[in-house]
Amino acid sequence: MQQQSLITVENLVAGYTGPVVGPVSFVIHAGEVVGLNGANGIGKSTILAAITGTAKCFGGTITRAPGLRIAHHRQLAIRPDELPVQGAELAEVVGADMGACPEWLQAQLERPVDELSGGQYQFLQTWLCLAGPADLILLDEPSNNLDHQGIELLTGLLHNLGPERSVVLVSHETDFLAANCARIVEVEQ
Amino acid sequence: MNLALAFDPMFRVPMMLGLVFAVLLPLFGAWLRLRNEWLAALGYTHIAAAGALASGFLHWPVLLTALVAAGIAAVIKGLSRRPGNDMYAAMTVAGWAFAMLIAANSHHGEVLGQTLLRGQLYFAEASQLWLALGVGVGALALLPWLKRRLLVQRFFPDQQSANQKPSWTHETALGLIAVVLLVLATTALGAMAAFALVFVPPWVAFRLCSSWRRAVGFATIAGVIAYVVAFLLAIGLDQPLGPMLAAIVLLLAPLRLLGRVL
Repeated sequence: MQQQSLITVENLVAGYTGPVVGPVSFVIHAGEVVGLNGANGIGKSTILAAITGTAKCFGGTITRAPGLRIAHHRQLAIRPDELPVQGAELAEVVGADMGACPEWLQAQLERPVDELSGGQYQFLQTWLCLAGPADLILLDEPSNNLDHQGIELLTGLLHNLGPERSVVLVSHETDFLAANCARIVEVEQ
Repeated sequence: MNLALAFDPMFRVPMMLGLVFAVLLPLFGAWLRLRNEWLAALGYTHIAAAGALASGFLHWPVLLTALVAAGIAAVIKGLSRRPGNDMYAAMTVAGWAFAMLIAANSHHGEVLGQTLLRGQLYFAEASQLWLALGVGVGALALLPWLKRRLLVQRFFPDQQSANQKPSWTHETALGLIAVVLLVLATTALGAMAAFALVFVPPWVAFRLCSSWRRAVGFATIAGVIAYVVAFLLAIGLDQPLGPMLAAIVLLLAPLRLLGRVL
């Protein structure tokens, strides 16, 4: 049986005021975790930004499955200075499945996000993307700021995605990619 | 101090009109603060004031001219696609400069300028109250739709574009609500009192409260209490409401020292 493709990137050249990365091609099928690997500054985040429409496509195509829902966790999500919004309130608005919430995170959901540590906030944002209704989740360096426990929890979430949903994982940590990805796309100059 | 005057039927419409703004301005101020756009209030009130003063030259109604001026500013802000307070700071400077120049060059402008600075709530008419109530009901009806989009956008800025949905719809809706409320409030309460109600209660609420629901609720209740106290004091002491309201609202600020207690 042929796997359903959620997104097809063909000869993509992407950037902002000018091209930054590409040409690059890959296909994401339902149910797989695919890594984007490459040196710092090579343009891995720019590929995700092109998929989300915040970077410009200078060439090539991005083809989505009809009705595809995407969630995107940006690299270095900045924790707000003073913002009384609880993780539980965010979970409600993004439609996150609370049943899938790790026990450790449940204790943090009743706290305002500006009181979380950098690692806790990073994990919360990643979990909100994974627990929401999106079919394709783009995670940009989700292991940043996470301690060993956080990385283990994240690995558990990535291995229990379900057959209909996929993740594109950007990381400069090759061990993390190898432990979590079915395939790795090398992004080169 | 003669507080009995505050309950005179003559002051019922002004009292109710101010109360409508005391509910709506802090509530929507919290949403503007969520977007780091709390300076919007000062920008729009100054543009509205400049527009109102220009009404004398254009021979247009004051409220209409103020709405048109603030609406043009809102469109320019929307087209700039710049989040944050930069554009609102520029609006404040531009609005102040135009307002002062117009006021200095016409008697009508000078009188109207003083009125907009201090507010003229005591002379409010029933039509203003009905208009404010209508805008308020419409704005509150939109709030559930706005809530999800504004919160998601604050934490996941790419969510709309990633799903090929426009973000201008809810951004424009919030902008329009802010513009209309602030123009109406500026002509009734005065520019600085309107700004104080948008800025101070949410500023305090963000420090004291540990959830969004509580923050919005606290900001609204604090705004209403401050307004009622200011109205009674202003009437009782025969003082202009605008400065009295701004001063009383500012008295909430030390509550920030309490930290997260709610």
